[in-house]
Amino acid sequence: MILEVKDLTLRFGGLTAVNKVSFGIEEGSIESLIGPNGAGKTSLFNCLNGFYRAQEGDILFEGKSVMKLKPHKITALGMARTFQNLRLFKNLTVMENVMSGMHCRTSAGVAGAILRPPSQKAEEKRIRDVAMECMDFVGILDKKDRLAKNLPYGDQRRVEWARALATQPKLLLLDEPAAGLNYDEKMQLIELIRRIRNERKITVFLIEHDMGLVMKVSEKIFVLDYGVKIAEGTAQEVQNNPRVIEAYLGKEEENAV
Amino acid sequence: MKDKQTGLQTVVDKKAKKIDNPFVELIDKFYVLFDNKRVRYSVLAALLAVLLYLPMITSMYFMEVMTNVWFHVVVCLGLNIIVGFAGLLSLGYAAFFAVGAYTTGILILHYGVSFWLTLPVSVLMAIIAGLAIGGPTLKLRSDYLAIVTLGFGEITRLAARNLDITGRATGLVGIERPTLFGMAMVKINHFYYAFLILAVLAIFISYRLQDSRLGRAWKCIREDEDAAEAMGINVVAARLLAFIIGSVFGALAGSFMAIKMTAISPESFLFTQSVMILLAVVLGGMGKIPGVVLGAFAVVVFPEVFRGIGKYRMLIFGAVLLVLMIYRPQGLWPERHT
Repeated sequence: MILEVKDLTLRFGGLTAVNKVSFGIEEGSIESLIGPNGAGKTSLFNCLNGFYRAQEGDILFEGKSVMKLKPHKITALGMARTFQNLRLFKNLTVMENVMSGMHCRTSAGVAGAILRPPSQKAEEKRIRDVAMECMDFVGILDKKDRLAKNLPYGDQRRVEWARALATQPKLLLLDEPAAGLNYDEKMQLIELIRRIRNERKITVFLIEHDMGLVMKVSEKIFVLDYGVKIAEGTAQEVQNNPRVIEAYLGKEEENAV
Repeated sequence: MKDKQTGLQTVVDKKAKKIDNPFVELIDKFYVLFDNKRVRYSVLAALLAVLLYLPMITSMYFMEVMTNVWFHVVVCLGLNIIVGFAGLLSLGYAAFFAVGAYTTGILILHYGVSFWLTLPVSVLMAIIAGLAIGGPTLKLRSDYLAIVTLGFGEITRLAARNLDITGRATGLVGIERPTLFGMAMVKINHFYYAFLILAVLAIFISYRLQDSRLGRAWKCIREDEDAAEAMGINVVAARLLAFIIGSVFGALAGSFMAIKMTAISPESFLFTQSVMILLAVVLGGMGKIPGVVLGAFAVVVFPEVFRGIGKYRMLIFGAVLLVLMIYRPQGLWPERHT
């Protein structure tokens, strides 16, 4: 288990967004979290990477609790994420965006910046090399000098993936990676997710609304409804689970017209 | 999750529009050319040669104005680190050079310390001041941060006005000027060169910081603090460093100002001073080093050029600024030209 969530509960005042959720992510797998709108999926993600502080339960990343850690520490430990509604550094170039991911893997400070000793120069080169490789991996290397905000939507998504990959994660959290993508782009995304796992040995955990994509790519699926985990299993198992059908389509009523 | 940038940046983003004017286009072409390192270095070398030679041929008045320009270049570049690079709107920057000026003034006047030895103390005090303003405001963004920094600036000035050690409202008078290699620093030319060296250092350090891991982290924070944190950037540390380095720039300029003026008072560090510096940064182009230098030059030289028209000059200055901000809100020399 690379990630274990135990009885996680997150409340906003009187509203329980995540209610005693427990699950585990197998190292080297591709797993998904699905659920109707407002089920608490993104809230759960925000707990995992430290944006939200859950009130109860525990989150173990590689056996260590990350409940009390700040987001940048969690990223440094090897858990990276992307955002549902793109959160790129819009006025920076694609290159600068992706280079930011290497921040937690490097160490030059003020003195290094001003004096530029050989160690700092070597580090800068390493940052550039990793950024180039990540951009190449997702296929946006030719746009590296463009401003992020000037790219078409599909390419902006790629910048997010490259930026997350540049943090050199062990576990990658993708929050609705297919949102707003067309059919071809979705097919490329499936391919990319598989390549991330197979070639880079990164575990992938994603939230997704596109059932076709989820069923194709995931080895295991968790279903969340009203903050509660209602099912888990393979695509087949989840699809035939009456509680899941109920959550998505509503209950069949006896006297339905 | 809040999705808020600095207030200023948002306004700039919204208003920046393309103006079809051959003159403006020509300037923009020069700006692009200037981003090339070789072009930049040749232009700067030529400029520096002229600036070094300047004291031989011009009047004392001109030297006074130019010295003031270099002083403003240093403080504007200091504020640019906070506002331009890290996107932290600060309205109390005068407090930072007050810290430097008073530290130097007090040490020379009350303790007879050599000026050169007051500089490291000044830096130390600047670090403390940077932490004092940066620490409690870590959670604040944009407008809210601006209000607190405004308060900080006023508190510093009022403290100086009411403490015995800072000489209350009279301030510190008769700060002794130092000697350098046996030569007394008394003439305006000496200060011209001193501030020119400071300005060159400030420009050099600003460039080095801008193209560094830290500089990139600042820009990411400016764009989106939450995303920066998620990318593994320690936002708290980076924000504090921006305040500290900006503060050190200001304090060192303040220390040199103390010995140039030989007298400092709370009235030297008014809110309007902070605003003028912020104005220079915004006018020149937030985050763009040559832009900020240009802005510093503009806010010092413009009122001098129009000194002839007496009391109306600030009115005209205001009108010109208004027109500039309407037609070129991204600044004279903006960070990006797209």
